[in-house]
Amino acid sequence: MAEGMKIRATMQGDVADVKALMNHIMETGLRKDAKTGQLIPAHFINQVTATLNGKTVLEAQWGAAISKNPFLGFKVKGAKAGDKIAINAVDNHGEKISGEATVA
Amino acid sequence: MNQLRRTFLKGTSAAGTVAVAIAAGLLKPGQVLAAEWNKVAFNATTTADAMKGLNAAGAAESKDIQIKAPDIAENGAVVPVEVISKIPGTTSIMIFVDKNQNPLTADFELSNGAEPYVSTRIKMANTSHVRVAVKAGGKAYTASKEVKVTIGGCGG
Repeated sequence: MAEGMKIRATMQGDVADVKALMNHIMETGLRKDAKTGQLIPAHFINQVTATLNGKTVLEAQWGAAISKNPFLGFKVKGAKAGDKIAINAVDNHGEKISGEATVA
Repeated sequence: MNQLRRTFLKGTSAAGTVAVAIAAGLLKPGQVLAAEWNKVAFNATTTADAMKGLNAAGAAESKDIQIKAPDIAENGAVVPVEVISKIPGTTSIMIFVDKNQNPLTADFELSNGAEPYVSTRIKMANTSHVRVAVKAGGKAYTASKEVKVTIGGCGG
């Protein structure tokens, strides 16, 4: 999953505006397969951690009601251009996706 | 032959160290994520129960929480929601959809300079109130906004 996540981080005054887009199916476990009538098992990102230069700034727990290919936006005060933003996400199957970006 | 033996020994001893570290609890698998996923709160079927699971029961209504979401969402599968809290010392932001099967949608914990702001996209099964709860200084606050959904985004 090379294209697991895209992150963009830009400075707005003294606040870094971070936008992340993750590639994930986000299956709720409530949908039925149209052909077989069986429930499609839940498969969704449930934990997300974001760091600025290695320091945690945001820890999120998600349910299945986050949209497919999740979008996450947050802002960090006191960041500078050149700082490193990293985001790690894990789904309910234990699969991991992560991304990194430099604040511009 | 000798070289092979060296490499082999090196390899096994290195793997051994890792195994010992895991056994000693130094290296936990999935260590990055400190907190356990809050199953109780996420599986709750009412917003009130979910709030209890997050220790946010009895949250006071507040006008200092801004929820930006469309009045009418054409597609319930993708509803953009933006939350801004003006309550000083906001440490966490939670999003609920009252009428979803499991109302709790997300719980964000903020630290080290993160602004009291989050933006994401959520699924909504029906027209419902989108409720936000915020924790600040050990107290909980809440606000909500109704979003009308013309095509549901859960189930099918």
